[in-house]
Amino acid sequence: MARIITMRQALQEAFLHLMEEDPRVIMLGEDIAGGEGSPGSQDAWGGDMGLTKGLQPRFGKSRVMDTPISESAIIGTAVGAATCGLRPIAELMFVDFMGVCFDQIMNQAAKFRYMFGGRAETPVVIRTQIGAGYRGAAQHSQCLYPLFTHIPGIKCVIPSSAYDAKGLMIEAVHDNDPVIFFEHKFLYDSARDDVPEEAYTIPFGEASIVREGGDVTIVALARMVHVAREAASVLEREGISCEIIDPRTISPLDEDTILESVAKTGRLVVVDEAYPRCNVGKDIAALVAQQGFADLRAPVEVVSPPHTPVPFAPELEDAFIPDAAKVADAVRRVAGWQRGGGK
Amino acid sequence: MPDSSIKLTPDQLLGAYRTMREIREFEESVHAEFEKGHLPGFVHLYAGSEASAVGVCSHLTPVDKIISTHRGHGHCIAKGCDIGGMWKEIIGSSEGICRGKGGSMHIADLSKGMLGANAIVGGGPPLICGAGMAAKVLGNGGVGVAFTGDGGSNQGTTFESLNFAAIFKLPVVFVFENNGYAETTAASWSVSCGDIVNRAPAFGMPGVQVDGFDFFAVHAAAGEAIARARAGGGPTLIEVKLARFYGHHEGDNQSYRGEGEVERLRSEQDCLNIFRDRVLQAGLLDAGRLDEIDRDVVEKMKTHVEQAKAAPRPTPDMLTTDVYVSY
Repeated sequence: MARIITMRQALQEAFLHLMEEDPRVIMLGEDIAGGEGSPGSQDAWGGDMGLTKGLQPRFGKSRVMDTPISESAIIGTAVGAATCGLRPIAELMFVDFMGVCFDQIMNQAAKFRYMFGGRAETPVVIRTQIGAGYRGAAQHSQCLYPLFTHIPGIKCVIPSSAYDAKGLMIEAVHDNDPVIFFEHKFLYDSARDDVPEEAYTIPFGEASIVREGGDVTIVALARMVHVAREAASVLEREGISCEIIDPRTISPLDEDTILESVAKTGRLVVVDEAYPRCNVGKDIAALVAQQGFADLRAPVEVVSPPHTPVPFAPELEDAFIPDAAKVADAVRRVAGWQRGGGK
Repeated sequence: MPDSSIKLTPDQLLGAYRTMREIREFEESVHAEFEKGHLPGFVHLYAGSEASAVGVCSHLTPVDKIISTHRGHGHCIAKGCDIGGMWKEIIGSSEGICRGKGGSMHIADLSKGMLGANAIVGGGPPLICGAGMAAKVLGNGGVGVAFTGDGGSNQGTTFESLNFAAIFKLPVVFVFENNGYAETTAASWSVSCGDIVNRAPAFGMPGVQVDGFDFFAVHAAAGEAIARARAGGGPTLIEVKLARFYGHHEGDNQSYRGEGEVERLRSEQDCLNIFRDRVLQAGLLDAGRLDEIDRDVVEKMKTHVEQAKAAPRPTPDMLTTDVYVSY
């Protein structure tokens, strides 16, 4: 019997399991219960998107904490507590707010295990929302994960499905390194899958082959996996068979699955909602250029937004986000490319 | 004025003096070896400030945590880090306390509750909130102490942490070691309210300013703050007014300092001499035992330095251990 639930529900199940499983797991963040110190409800929001609703009444204020709007203190507290025996899950409402606490992530959490000669562990998970599409404009809509992929010592998780989100979240909290868990806000309700009721884990560094095909490999992340599927359906009718790979984690990155697929198809399109310069799409393109050059039968295409801030006006934001038409065009270009024949 | 030193037993006094002497000798030996060009990188010496580290840490147990600054050698020794291992770390040996991967600014030993020297000014206060949070959730009675300088006192991370610790009543103590200079910039100019301690009431926590040349003053203030934290009374801000005998880092020309300032500090405000005079005048210890400690510490430090110089070097394979590497 299929049990179709949303990514929001899948993550809620993961949190419940993790909190019940291990008393060392704590949660902290802005409004994750909602209403601390206020005259009304003490579980008013359950997080900005309602993902942590019900956890504070169940597990108490000593394990589920509303915090002031103090991102450095939130992340520093979570990181420090992780080095002292807890396994905190900190929520940083939007990845756009990372700027105000970046030091605690890039110089503190990321460095401890290496810098202290392997004699420290920092089992902290930092959850944060990414992605455009909600008219949130320039400071609430970014996909800044490439900033974190760049830094050694951090693991970066970007689920595209409800099933993956649950298994990867449980794996993240079990992991002894700092993990940033990027949740695409557009997927909380739109990503729906058959998800087992029981707990399970998905190992980091294992890509998922979302769709099998033989003509073109599409590597996509988060919401772009769904955009790629839409494009693949259209292209199938045109006789172009796409294989879609979702890396699921970008640190570590499952290079083998990508290279094996390109060895089969000879053609690669990477779809990345992050800004184009130095993004994950470019990184994967470089990987294939270096290690899969002999397999390539066409130039690699990377479909990304333009190198602009995320605009507000719906017409502009819609034009900013890569869509199925842009992905399909890129696939057609690589599928029809011939040496000396231009496009 | 009752003599607060009376509260310490002769053994405790000898222990405190030995640790202060160890820190001083450690720093003097680092200074000497750096001048000879034997040390990679750069070092920030704590000489002159020993009474602060030892006055605070002598109240702490292994369950308690501290976090330090770029000027961290003294805090490490006061919290019980292995001195031989520290010397090997500073010289970059694979037998160093962090296997040669951290260096002077990142010495840590979590098994001793030393969460690390920290080369980011203002990096420590948020982390100590985590140590306090962990102690609270685990119910282990532990206390966290963040050592920060006057420079770090002006960081936004520090302000967030003071507020955060106060509202959660975390068992932490913020020790601001005001040595008068953030690199070259005077604290008297950079701290808007004059004294750092004046910020405590604004964050709703007790604050106290102490003479950092006086071990007993630091010891008394820290004892009270740590006991309050341990009993669930929340955080305290302590401003320790002290000085450094050396520059910001070794090689600093120190032209920003007053004429004769360092010489005057060394002759009139050496916390080790002040401690010594105090306990001898009170008849609590005899000079012979302190001299014996001095000789012993100097001898042992020579051995640590020699062993560090001869210690094995890291091998290239260590470059990619202790971290996830994908490229």
